[in-house]
Amino acid sequence: MRDEFFQRDRRMHPPAFTPDYKTTVARSPRQPLLSVENSLSEITGPTFGHGALGALDHDLIKNHAIDGDPVGERIIVHGRVTDQAGRPVPNALVEVWQANAGGRYRHVKDGYLAPVDPNFGGCGRCLSDADGYYNFRTIKPGAYPFRNYSNSWRMAHIHFSIFGAGLAQRLITQMYFEGDPLRDQDPIAQTIPDAAALDRLMAPLDLNAAVPLDCLAYRFDIVLRGRRQTLFENKLEGS
Amino acid sequence: MPLPYPIETPSQTAGPFLHIGLMPDIAGHERHPAPYGREIVGADTPGPRIEITGRVLDGTGTPVRDMLVEVWQADGAGIYNHPEDPRVADVAAGFAGFGRYATDFDDGSFRIETIKPGAVPGRHGRPQAPHLNIWLAARGVNIGLSTRLYFDDESEANAADPVLSMIEQAERRRTLIAVAEGDGRYRFDIRLQGEGETVFLDI
Repeated sequence: MRDEFFQRDRRMHPPAFTPDYKTTVARSPRQPLLSVENSLSEITGPTFGHGALGALDHDLIKNHAIDGDPVGERIIVHGRVTDQAGRPVPNALVEVWQANAGGRYRHVKDGYLAPVDPNFGGCGRCLSDADGYYNFRTIKPGAYPFRNYSNSWRMAHIHFSIFGAGLAQRLITQMYFEGDPLRDQDPIAQTIPDAAALDRLMAPLDLNAAVPLDCLAYRFDIVLRGRRQTLFENKLEGS
Repeated sequence: MPLPYPIETPSQTAGPFLHIGLMPDIAGHERHPAPYGREIVGADTPGPRIEITGRVLDGTGTPVRDMLVEVWQADGAGIYNHPEDPRVADVAAGFAGFGRYATDFDDGSFRIETIKPGAVPGRHGRPQAPHLNIWLAARGVNIGLSTRLYFDDESEANAADPVLSMIEQAERRRTLIAVAEGDGRYRFDIRLQGEGETVFLDI
């Protein structure tokens, strides 16, 4: 195809410098980004095969279970990866990580007093199918405090990392849960200047995808940058 | 009336614990799947072997000790391992092209072992100097930062490179050029902010 990606609309993303999220102050460039037209370096990107995936990689309820299931609210998280032109993105690598039901991460650097769950790791991954569809099963993560203001709390969230078809589509984001009361004070969620854009990270409950007497479900659709169709001359490759 | 194009999903910071999902072995997980991006090149991949070391520094000069550093590059002949590179059938054996690193928890350093990429075709038939595409994410970084790494022993190709040439302040081009230290070793520091700030790209 070798078509270029749509220009990223940075007004729908958080800016680099958002002082209410304090860590951004020393980690945000002061100079403007240099906008470059797409070349082979940007329209290509890593591709991933099913070969490396284990059978339980997308099942966080079972993939770290040692002597039983983890404690917490059992949920399915599912959705589609599409682009801004509405096309499915197949074979997108979707990687997730999260805290356990008490808001504690299984990470050597997390010292929060809520305990680790011996049966929960909090990492998963999968590849989208031909229609761009992906799904995970997990435990709903808990909110947790972080050192920003003295009483700053993250609303419950699952971190998502996505590789689309080209490097220009690379994205890391966070999924939140519909109706979370911490939304308006969460300094990280509030880095997104456009409330309607933040709405797109608030996954709605999807009762129709729940498994009765077993687990609830949330729907989280992901939109990556679209690709323009080359209507006239395309000099991306050169002659 | 606006056309009904959906907006791109907004970015959020990767946070301090990104290793859990992307490099679980570094997070301290004993039970984890084999991580992606562990080796850019296979043991038998042809091409000149190089080692790049560096650090990521914040606006106060403090090492950033929780940074994700991802690399995407072409092989020694300048071919990407991707179906949209028209020469992909000839990509070097065992060459992945993708590497994923975390800066060191103590000193913020990283080390990349790979092969030196060849020149890649650019737009309008203009070649691009050999380079690594780099993508950074971390706590305090709201949207992933793209940059490139070029090589100071490719000065002729660098002078003609379409991206380097676009940097208006010539002095800032140096921030994208790794310094050769002999025996295939290069030094490349990334400064997120302030004096010597690395040029970041909107790709």
